[in-house]
Amino acid sequence: MTRPRSYQTEAIIIRKTKLREADHILTLYTPHLGKIQGVARGVRRPKSKLAGHLEMLTHSQVSLARGRNLDTITGSQTINGFLPLKTDLWLISYGLYLIELVNQFTPEHVENPALFQLLLDTMHNLCQDVDREVTLRYFELKLFHEVGYRPQLQQCVTCHQPLEPVTNYFSPTAGGVLCPDCRQTQPFAYPISVNALKVLRLLQSSDYDTANRLKLNAQLSRELETIMRSYIKHLLERDLKSAGWLDALREQKAQFAPRNH
Amino acid sequence: MNQGPIPAADAINRLVQELSRLPGIGPKSAQRITYYLLRAPSEQSGLLADTIREVKQKITLCSTCYNVTDIDPCPLCRSEQRDRNTVCVVEQPQDILAIEHTGVYHGLYHVLHGAISPTEGVGSGDVRIRELTDRLQDGTIQEVILATNTNLEGEQTALYLNHVISPIGVRVTRLAHGLPFGTELEYADDTTLTRAIEGRQKL
Repeated sequence: MTRPRSYQTEAIIIRKTKLREADHILTLYTPHLGKIQGVARGVRRPKSKLAGHLEMLTHSQVSLARGRNLDTITGSQTINGFLPLKTDLWLISYGLYLIELVNQFTPEHVENPALFQLLLDTMHNLCQDVDREVTLRYFELKLFHEVGYRPQLQQCVTCHQPLEPVTNYFSPTAGGVLCPDCRQTQPFAYPISVNALKVLRLLQSSDYDTANRLKLNAQLSRELETIMRSYIKHLLERDLKSAGWLDALREQKAQFAPRNH
Repeated sequence: MNQGPIPAADAINRLVQELSRLPGIGPKSAQRITYYLLRAPSEQSGLLADTIREVKQKITLCSTCYNVTDIDPCPLCRSEQRDRNTVCVVEQPQDILAIEHTGVYHGLYHVLHGAISPTEGVGSGDVRIRELTDRLQDGTIQEVILATNTNLEGEQTALYLNHVISPIGVRVTRLAHGLPFGTELEYADDTTLTRAIEGRQKL
């Protein structure tokens, strides 16, 4: 059977790069085609009919026509524009962090409807009045699960004994938690407090309704972020660019201290 | 044995190669331009070459607004007619041309030379934001108009600028978002329409 010349899909726009004078190459995350790329022609002109439907962090119904190298986007209709995510400095930054993660952890053309749903749910959740740091941690843990890097948080990764309620150690290279006895078996391990481990376990096994009830103090929030980032850095072999931006924003916030996020 | 196509003269190839590096010019266009220049009178190609060299040698950035200019400060910053209390922030020098073309803005400008784009690794230090906040310190400027693009990067840059400029005590405004003139409503996207409704005006 030959593939049809044109096709339609739901998609979340996760990246765009400039092409020629007025075009963009878009990276789309779709439920059944996985990550795909398409050329959107003329979207950098003000009268483009497509542009507003193809901005990053938009959930759209997209029509594409197959091309020799890249497919061309022929039509697009917004399903949800996620306006709150585009009108707040912090929410944009959190949103960009999500899509950079998805882009980095997914190969092209690999279907993963659960991950698509996770991204969509997380974008919705960011628009709610919740602790956004918890949302990011929840997203990271579920993403690891979906892409095959679910960290082992229930027992020691080396000796397989249940973890005691003491300070244990998270090892990015081993992909999970080490008990104090096995700590030396891995070169790098970050101490993980009893509370931090509890939170991670809860997030790993819960849904957003439960996760949204969590309230973390700043210290615990930083600890979890450090652990998750170390794991991401190990898996990707580099830092996320948007994580650096979040740090820069936080420094700014410390300087001016205006908003309450 | 097939030797492949006979190559053109080396100088021709080099010109084709150089031209095809320009934005919007592919290998075919580059070839067409090259052979046109070969046939054209030598004054024409000489003039083109001289002009390119001159642009690169003489044009610098204005030390006040960072627009491209051949004299520093640039004519806009020198002009007595411009309103010195307002500054319009744009992403690139070409945006100034677009705004000047309307003829309705009489203040000064500030060119950022880019927009914040965290996923591409462009942070606040990579565009000329510090230069802008420095300009605001002496209290002459009373309003900053944010005219960055209305895409996600431009929007984020505007929000960030508001975040750092507001504490200085300068009024910060953003260009209105709405429907472009000469288009049909049914093709408008949700974001634009939402803002157009929110920003509606009494007739």
